[in-house]
Amino acid sequence: MSSETARDRASEILARRYDVLVVGGGNAALCAAINARRGGAEVLVVEAAPRFYRGGNTRHTRNLRCAHDEANEVLTGPYPEEEFWDDLLRVTGGETDEELAKFTIRESKELWDFMNEQGVRFQPSLGGTLSLGRTNAFFLGGGRALINALYLTAEKLGIEVLYDAEVTDLEIEDGFFSAAAVSYAGREHRVEAKALVAAAGGFEANIEWLTEAWGPEAENFLIRGTPYNKGSMLRMLLDRGVKQIGDPKQCHAVAIDARAPKFDGGISTRLDCVVFGIVVNRNAERFYDEGEDFWPKRYAIWGRLVAAQPDQIGYAIIDSRSIDKFMPSIFPPIEAGSIEELAGKLELDPGKLRATVDGFNAAVQPGNFDPNALDDCRTEGLAPEKTHWARTISEPPFYAYPLRPGITFTYLGVRVNKRAQIIMDDGKPSANMFAAGEIMAGNVLGQGYLAGIGMTIGAVFGRIAGREAGNYVRN
Amino acid sequence: MFATKDLEEADRLMRICNACRYCEGLCAVFPAMEMRRTFSDGDLNYLSNLCHQCGACYYDCQYAPPHEFDVNVPRTLSKVRTDSYRSYAWPRAFAPMFERNGLMVALVASLSVAVFLIGFMAWSDPGVMFSTQTGEGAFYRIMPHNAMVAVFGAAFLYAIFAMWMGFNAFWKDIGASGERLEGQSVWQAMKDAGQLRYLDGGGVGCMNEDERPTDMRRHYHHATFYGFMLCLASTSVATIYHYAFGWEAPYSWYSLPVILGTVGGIGLVVGPAGLLGAKWTRDRAMSDTGRFGMDIAFLAMLFLVGATGLLLLFLRATPAMGTLLAIHLGFVFGFFITMPYGKFVHGLYRFGALVRYAMERRAAGLVGA
Repeated sequence: MSSETARDRASEILARRYDVLVVGGGNAALCAAINARRGGAEVLVVEAAPRFYRGGNTRHTRNLRCAHDEANEVLTGPYPEEEFWDDLLRVTGGETDEELAKFTIRESKELWDFMNEQGVRFQPSLGGTLSLGRTNAFFLGGGRALINALYLTAEKLGIEVLYDAEVTDLEIEDGFFSAAAVSYAGREHRVEAKALVAAAGGFEANIEWLTEAWGPEAENFLIRGTPYNKGSMLRMLLDRGVKQIGDPKQCHAVAIDARAPKFDGGISTRLDCVVFGIVVNRNAERFYDEGEDFWPKRYAIWGRLVAAQPDQIGYAIIDSRSIDKFMPSIFPPIEAGSIEELAGKLELDPGKLRATVDGFNAAVQPGNFDPNALDDCRTEGLAPEKTHWARTISEPPFYAYPLRPGITFTYLGVRVNKRAQIIMDDGKPSANMFAAGEIMAGNVLGQGYLAGIGMTIGAVFGRIAGREAGNYVRN
Repeated sequence: MFATKDLEEADRLMRICNACRYCEGLCAVFPAMEMRRTFSDGDLNYLSNLCHQCGACYYDCQYAPPHEFDVNVPRTLSKVRTDSYRSYAWPRAFAPMFERNGLMVALVASLSVAVFLIGFMAWSDPGVMFSTQTGEGAFYRIMPHNAMVAVFGAAFLYAIFAMWMGFNAFWKDIGASGERLEGQSVWQAMKDAGQLRYLDGGGVGCMNEDERPTDMRRHYHHATFYGFMLCLASTSVATIYHYAFGWEAPYSWYSLPVILGTVGGIGLVVGPAGLLGAKWTRDRAMSDTGRFGMDIAFLAMLFLVGATGLLLLFLRATPAMGTLLAIHLGFVFGFFITMPYGKFVHGLYRFGALVRYAMERRAAGLVGA
C-alpha cells in the first residue's frame, strides 16, 4: 500500500464514529476490542507503534499465569485460587487490593479457554522454565505469536486497527469521555466514541518521568520492554481527574546485561549467573546475598539492588567451574586469567577486587554443591553473607558479566473497579471509561513480581473492559 | 573463525535464540540448538539442514527486522544450508554447479533433451520414430531396451554414488560419523520426514506470505515427494514385469505400472506447480532470493519429468510418441545426472539431520517427551 493510500484509508477510518475506542495494541487492548466487538460494538483500535512493534510489552512475554483446578495437555498440575492468592500476597507484601486481586485470580480460570478460542496456541514449558510448568501457560512461539493470533482474530471480527496512531488529547467532562484527538502521519483527527478503553501500557520508556520518580539514577536504567510505552495516555488521564494508584518507583526491574540496548532488549538480555558467583559494585564491594534463594524466586529484586549502587552498575563474577551452569546469555562473558586482569577489563580497582574475592574465598565453608537444592555451601563471617551455592572463585579463567537495572514495566496507574471502570478523583466510577493492562496493573500488583501475572491482569481486565464497554454502548 | 560470513551470522543468531528460547516449541532446530552452548561450523550446518523453512520463527520473533537484533533465522539458515550442499559435493570439481545452479541445470536438461532427440533421429528409422507404434515393445523399437537400461542405469548409479559420497561428507561434518546409529532413530526420522512434521510451525501450519498460517506448502510437498516415490515404484514394477515375466511395455491403462505412474505423474505436476506458486508469493524478507534459481530449476525439472511422462502416456498411440519419448527420457536423464548437484540433495541432508536429531534426543533421554 502506498503511503498516500494508507493516509486516505486512515483518514476515512478516523472520520467515522465508533462505539468503543481502544487505545493501545497489546494483549489487554486486543482482549477488550475482541470482547466489545463480540458484544456487537463498532470498535477502533489505535496503536501508537508501527505494525512490527505492535503489542507493546506483550511482544516480550511468553506465558500467562492462570488458576486451574486440574492439569491439562500443557499445565502439569492444578493451581488452586488459594495458592495463587498466597503467591501474590507473598510477592506484593500486601501491596494489593484484596478484592480486585481475588477477583482477578478467579477470572483467570477462564483465560485458558478464552485464549484458545481467539486462536492463541500453547505449549508445555520446556527447558529452563520447568519451574513454571504447573502455574503458567506458555505461548507457542512466544508473545509475538500470541499478538499475531489476537490481531488475526480482531481482523476477522471486523475490528478496525490503525498503527502509528497516537492519542494526543482526551475530551473528558465530569468523568464522561466524548472524543479523543488522534495524531496520524502528522495530522490530528478528532475521533468520537461512546466508550473508551485505555490499554496503552505504563510509562517505563519515558526516561523523564522515571527521572522524576527515581532521580538522575534513572538515566542509567535500561528499558527492557517496548520503547513505545511513554505513558502519555496515563498522564492525560491523571491530568484529567482520574484517581491514581501505586507508587511511581514501583516497577518490574531485573538485573540484565549492561551491554543490552537501551530499549526493547527483552528476554534475551537476561543473566542467570548471579547465584553461582559474587556480585560487586563499582567499588569492587559485594552488596547482597547472591545465594539467598533460587534465581527464579530472586531475579526480580536484583534490578532494584543494582539501581541502588553507585552509577547503577554491578558485575557478576564467576570462575570456570560455573560458566556452563546457567542459561546461555546473548553477550559473551568478559574473560581473564586472573582477578587483577579481570578488574582491569572491568575498570575496577584490582587491589580491591582481589581483596573482596580473597575475603569471600576465605569465608566459604565446606559443603556439597547442588544447584538444584538450597545447598549447604555458604560463607561465614562476611557482610553480607552468601547463604547458598557459595564456592570459592579460584579456578581460572575468571568471567564477568556487567549488570544494569532493566525495567520491564511500571506499576503506577489508574484506579479501577471490578467492572474495569476508571475511578475519578471523587471516588466515583466513570460511566464510559475503562482501563486494562499495565495502565491499571498497580491495582493488583503494588510491588514485587510474579511471573506471567502482567498477562493475567491484562487479559482479565481486557475482557471485562471490552464486555462492560459493549454493555454500556448497547444500553 | 567461521568458514563464511553466513556461518558467522548463523552463530550470532543462535546465540540470541539460545538466550531467548521462545521458539523452542516450533520445530526441531531450537531444541537441537538448546543442546549446545557454542556452535561450530558443523553444528550450524546441521541446524540449517534441520530447518524446514516453515517461517513461523520469523513471524513469531520479537527480534526480527526492523528490530536492531535483526534476527532472521529462515533466511540465514537457508543461505548456510545451500552453502553446505556445495561443500559436500562429490567430486569437488563439480561443486561450482551450485553457483548459478538454475542456469546449469537448465543447460544440462536442454542438452540432454537435445541429445535424445538427435540421437533418436540419427539412429532409429524415421518411419518408426514419427509413426504410430503400438503393442508390446513399442518403445523399444525406437530405443532398444538394453540401451535404455545401460544409459539410465549408469546415470542412476552415478547419481547414487555421488550422493552417497556427499552424504558421508555431511555426516562427518555434523559430527555424527563416530556415533552408533540405532534403528529407532532412523525410524523416527522416517516418520518425521514422511509427515513433514517440522513444516507445521509447531502445529498451526507453515507461514509463507505473512503471519497467517497455511498448510499448503506441506500438501504440495507431499504431492511432490509421494508422486516421485510412486514414479520410482512404477519403474521398479515395470522392471520386474520385464525381467521376471517377460512382459514388455507399454502396459495397459489398468496395469500396476501405469496406475502408479499416472498417479505419481499427477503428483509431480501438481506438487511442483504448487510449490513454485508458494515460492512466488513467499515473503521475500525471509527468503534467500539470490538462490531462487536452484529451487526453481529443481521444481521445474520435476514438473517437466511428470508432465512429459503424462503426455507420453496419453499420446503413446499417436505418431508423437517417438518425439515425446525422446523429450521425456531427455528430462529424466538430465534429472538423474543433476540430482547430486542441485536441490534434490536437500532431502538427503535433511533426513540425515533428522536422524541425528533423533539420536541426540535418545542420548539426552528425551525420547517420548
